[in-house]
Amino acid sequence: MPQLFHRRSNTIARVSILAVVLLVTAGGWLLHASFWSPYMTKVNVPIEQPVPFSHEHHYGGLGIDCRYCHTSVEKSSFAGIPPTETCMTCHSQLYTDQPILAPVRESLATDTPMKWNRVHDLPDFVFFNHSIHVTKGIGCSTCHGQVQKMPLMWKVNTLYMKWCLDCHRDPAKYIRPREEVFNMSWLPPINQLAQGRKLVKDYHVNAKQLTDCSMCHR
Amino acid sequence: MYSQPRSDPLEPSKFFKNGAASRPLVPGTVARGHLDADQAFYQGAIGTNFVEEFPMPVTRQVLERGRERYNIYCSVCHGAIGDGNGMIPQRGYPHPPSYHIDRLRQAPVGHYYDVITHGYGVMYSYASRVEPADRWAITAYIRALQLSQNSRLDDLPPNERVKLEAQNK
Ligand code: HEC
Ligand code: HEC
Ligand code: HEC
Ligand code: HEC
Ligand code: HEC
Ligand code: HEC
Repeated sequence: MPQLFHRRSNTIARVSILAVVLLVTAGGWLLHASFWSPYMTKVNVPIEQPVPFSHEHHYGGLGIDCRYCHTSVEKSSFAGIPPTETCMTCHSQLYTDQPILAPVRESLATDTPMKWNRVHDLPDFVFFNHSIHVTKGIGCSTCHGQVQKMPLMWKVNTLYMKWCLDCHRDPAKYIRPREEVFNMSWLPPINQLAQGRKLVKDYHVNAKQLTDCSMCHR
Repeated sequence: MYSQPRSDPLEPSKFFKNGAASRPLVPGTVARGHLDADQAFYQGAIGTNFVEEFPMPVTRQVLERGRERYNIYCSVCHGAIGDGNGMIPQRGYPHPPSYHIDRLRQAPVGHYYDVITHGYGVMYSYASRVEPADRWAITAYIRALQLSQNSRLDDLPPNERVKLEAQNK
């Protein structure tokens, strides 16, 4: 019986096994990398808006408090996006003829809310609540970053489950005194962990149940 | 699952004409527990007469709440001490009057409540963002500001006076 495979086939077989292993690893790495890439997570990617509303200008420059616009952040699950009327408390007198604000004026005239593009959007199967975080001493900037430097809004965190859990496992790493919640330039002190443990106790943070699945998936 | 067939707050909807899923309240709606029958507290006036006295006790807590709310909603225009020199007028918005002019110092507290609730001239209403108890708290804080800009040394309690005089030496 003649030999079916040439000698060379041995090498081809070995090389192809190696190639498959390499390909799978590379594929896996690529998948992982793209999953965590800014393209997928939208982290640090400024989001275009119908009106280029600038937090840098309104908060950083003019010093308007977050709650002037995001009224419900202290008492409800959602922070709220300001209605057109809120812009008009100032822009009925300021920049009234600027084309840049035309969509706002049109929204007021036609009684149709502005359509802002969402920057943060959790999947609908996740339950999130602003008021509990704010009252237990988690500051806006821990989750939303240096808002005072954002001409357009972007995300600084993935909002993936891993990110939520990193804090829920040990809130002492991030918790701050309640008076500092609205201070965007707050930095953790050198003794953050010690102070954090004390605050967790003082504010009665329910640390034991924070990683229960039912906390966020109800 | 990522986007379930339900409407969350602030979501758009093709169903309604103005494109918003959330519906405005029907005029005349009264929420449970919000009959708000106490005219002095909820209108700031009995009939057309502004109330002259606060319809609730003014405590330190109320003043501190008032300061916090004032600094969120009012100080951008009226300034931290109420002189009408906030950041927004500095950028071209009409200057509001100072709270320390005689007319406003003599105005009844009900007038302040009314201005926050219904607006005044070019100033919009803040009723949708400042609830009644907070409107009174802000009013109380404005009264404190007025006092602070118009007090004399003799008005201070003796121990505070000694402290201040010691600082000035
Ligand atoms: C003058 C009104 C105003 C003030 C003050 C303001 N915001 Fe906003 N904010 C807006 C508007 C309008 C949007 C929607 C447009 C956008 O995303 O840029 C928004 C969007 C956001 C978003 C993104 C929402 C999304 O789509 O996920 C975050 C986060 C946010 N604001 C945080 C803050 C914080 C923190 C502060 C205080 C430091 C603040 N804002 C102060 C008006 C305001
Ligand atoms: C408390 C007053 C106030 C409110 C409320 C406010 N703005 Fe402004 N806005 C200003 C002032 C003042 C300027 C001019 C900034 C300057 O001169 O530095 C401005 C400027 C702007 C500009 C011009 C570009 C820029 O950033 O300088 C845009 C666009 C704008 N505002 C959009 C909005 C929108 C949209 C809202 C409602 C969500 C809003 N503003 C609410 C006070 C306000
Ligand atoms: C623990 C993290 C965390 C903190 C602290 C936090 N946010 Fe958020 N914020 C989120 C998440 C997550 C979302 C997306 C919610 C969703 O998609 O349902 C969000 C969404 C928003 C939005 C979009 C509208 C909405 O309510 O969904 C605004 C505006 C906002 N945040 C403002 C603020 C302000 C102002 C503060 C500080 C007082 C703050 N946030 C503190 C995590 C946080
Ligand atoms: C920086 C820290 C931090 C981050 C990030 C964070 N949380 Fe929390 N979360 C807390 C703390 C602290 C509490 C308060 C626990 C208590 O005492 O009830 C809390 C409470 C909650 C609660 C309980 C509300 C209730 O009704 O009891 C939910 C739900 C929740 N978080 C969801 C989330 C989700 C979803 C995310 C991610 C998108 C997230 N959190 C990110 C710190 C954090
Ligand atoms: C602190 C809040 C929190 C807790 C606690 C939590 N999750 Fe999640 N989970 C999230 C968030 C946020 C997401 C959405 C991530 C994203 O954007 O895809 C998620 C997504 C998921 C998904 C869907 C993944 C996908 O990509 O479709 C599953 C499955 C899940 N969680 C299971 C669990 C289980 C099981 C537990 C308990 C061991 C748990 N979660 C506890 C916040 C939480
Ligand atoms: C966007 C700027 C702005 C903000 C914010 C603002 N005001 Fe005013 N306010 C004005 C202007 C302008 C006037 C003068 C109106 C006129 O005479 O047409 C005024 C007038 C007043 C007056 C005087 C009415 C009179 O009898 O002359 C009072 C009292 C007052 N405001 C209280 C408040 C309180 C309390 C708040 C906070 C809840 C507030 N304002 C927030 C701009 C503002």
